[in-house]
Amino acid sequence: MADVAQHPDIDPSGLPPAGWSSWVSDWGSMVVDGVSTLGDITIFAWRMFSWMFTRLPPRGTTLINFYQVGVLSLPVVAITGTFIGMVLAVQSYRQFHMIGLENRLGVVINSSLVRELGPVLAATMLAGRVGSAMAAVLGTMRVTEQIDALTTMGADPIHYLVVPRFLACLLLIPALTIMADFMGIVGGYFYSVVVLGIDHGAYLQNSSEYVSGFDLFSGIFKSVFFGGIIAIVSCYRGFHCEPGAEGVGNAATAAFVMSFVLILAVDLVLNILLDAVYYQLWSPGELPL
Amino acid sequence: MNSEQPPVKSEQPLVDIRRLRVDFAGQTVLDEIDLEIPRGQTLAIIGESGCGKTVLMKSLVGLIRPTAGSVRFDGRDLITMNDLELTRTRRRLGFVFQNAALFDSMNVYENVAFPIRQHESATEDEIEPRVMQHLTEVGLPPEVAWKRPAELSGGMRKRVGLARAMILHPELLVYDEPTTGLDPIMSDVINELILATRRRYPVTSVVVTHDMRTARKVANRVVMFYPRSRLERGESQVLFDGSPSDLDHAEDRRVRQFVRGEAGERIDELMRRKEALNV
Repeated sequence: MADVAQHPDIDPSGLPPAGWSSWVSDWGSMVVDGVSTLGDITIFAWRMFSWMFTRLPPRGTTLINFYQVGVLSLPVVAITGTFIGMVLAVQSYRQFHMIGLENRLGVVINSSLVRELGPVLAATMLAGRVGSAMAAVLGTMRVTEQIDALTTMGADPIHYLVVPRFLACLLLIPALTIMADFMGIVGGYFYSVVVLGIDHGAYLQNSSEYVSGFDLFSGIFKSVFFGGIIAIVSCYRGFHCEPGAEGVGNAATAAFVMSFVLILAVDLVLNILLDAVYYQLWSPGELPL
Repeated sequence: MNSEQPPVKSEQPLVDIRRLRVDFAGQTVLDEIDLEIPRGQTLAIIGESGCGKTVLMKSLVGLIRPTAGSVRFDGRDLITMNDLELTRTRRRLGFVFQNAALFDSMNVYENVAFPIRQHESATEDEIEPRVMQHLTEVGLPPEVAWKRPAELSGGMRKRVGLARAMILHPELLVYDEPTTGLDPIMSDVINELILATRRRYPVTSVVVTHDMRTARKVANRVVMFYPRSRLERGESQVLFDGSPSDLDHAEDRRVRQFVRGEAGERIDELMRRKEALNV
């Protein structure tokens, strides 16, 4: 029998093997980091909200951010919205055609767009185009001490830099969502009616019958949360950027990834809540939860 | 050159640091630091990288919250001030950053006008002559005002940074490595500007620098810090506190080595570390 003390995999002290303890330690530090980041973001958001209700941000910086978030994002949101509408038509047509329900294609395209794809698409585009840029700009300002310079000149960086960006994302994402919805509906209609030859009247009638005002409201309602998440996460990442070019790059990437994951998680929670509200208001007793 | 220093006007120091301690990630960078800066004095803080001079400088303007101790500005502790009080106090402070830290999104004029817009409700007619006057004082032509920071040379950026820091005529002006990265001529221009600023305005200055020419030329007092990790047990981090002319005759060998730019025993340490790695 081999000597236990000489066996490479058995620690004579009785402690777990080094690999095991390092695995536990890695997971432990990941959990601690995660909780700490969440706490930091909450404090960051709290400071941002307290500034928002204390003093309006400077008009100049606010208008520039509104222009960058709203006006410059419109084309990309419109283009991607159109393509998503057309892709939905392509993807759904064969199944609907097989059961002879191709005239109802508009229902699935439009309700998917208005309830889910429009807001999530607009938010994804905003996180990618604007959120990453916010993190990169603020990260560069952190690295080059511009944020410290603001502080030394008596300007609170959160009031000066974060509040305008938050307001721009919060107030303009509904407009971008409506644009994504609209262009997706146009794209879906174009592909279904013009390319696939579905009857124009039936397509429109079915679409309007099954897509309700509540669908439109729930999409826009969700988008406001998405806009808030993008601004807070991206600005937080920028403010806590590590030094150097790699730090700025990492901040931009982390801003997008974290925003996107949170958007989908919050989307799930809001969908459950909105469904519950819908069934309570319009179909009490049929609540599927 | 140090004979022209303005006299100390008030018995109460403008800055009074007591038993300051600053920790970062469980490591103590500064410990038990006591430092008084009388009004009108120009203090140069020197020391090798990692000795904590930048941390001290940032604690002076409230950019870093110390772990313990007090940093009093004109008798009031910055650490216990709320945000509003700190903002009001910062109006009386100016900070010249190492790389100027000019706002990329603004032109030079907007950068220099920023503190006025932040603290005063002045009209554009009132702001413009003040901005132009301060740009002239740091030797910049008026056309520079409409340029972006990216279009300026390192020396011009530093001068814009000085104009921005001086625009509200602060009582305390802190310079972070004012001559780092500049050629010898431009370094001397910056040194002269520091002296000219002090002659023109009754400002107390703290200059954090590695450049001994700057320390000797602009300061009437020099304080040298030493990294805690290299100190003997019970030793103070402040190795030298005196006039620039005393630097060369300092009793402490480490001060003389720093002033002369001699590596000394560091070379032996390096060699020992190299040998240890090879083993």
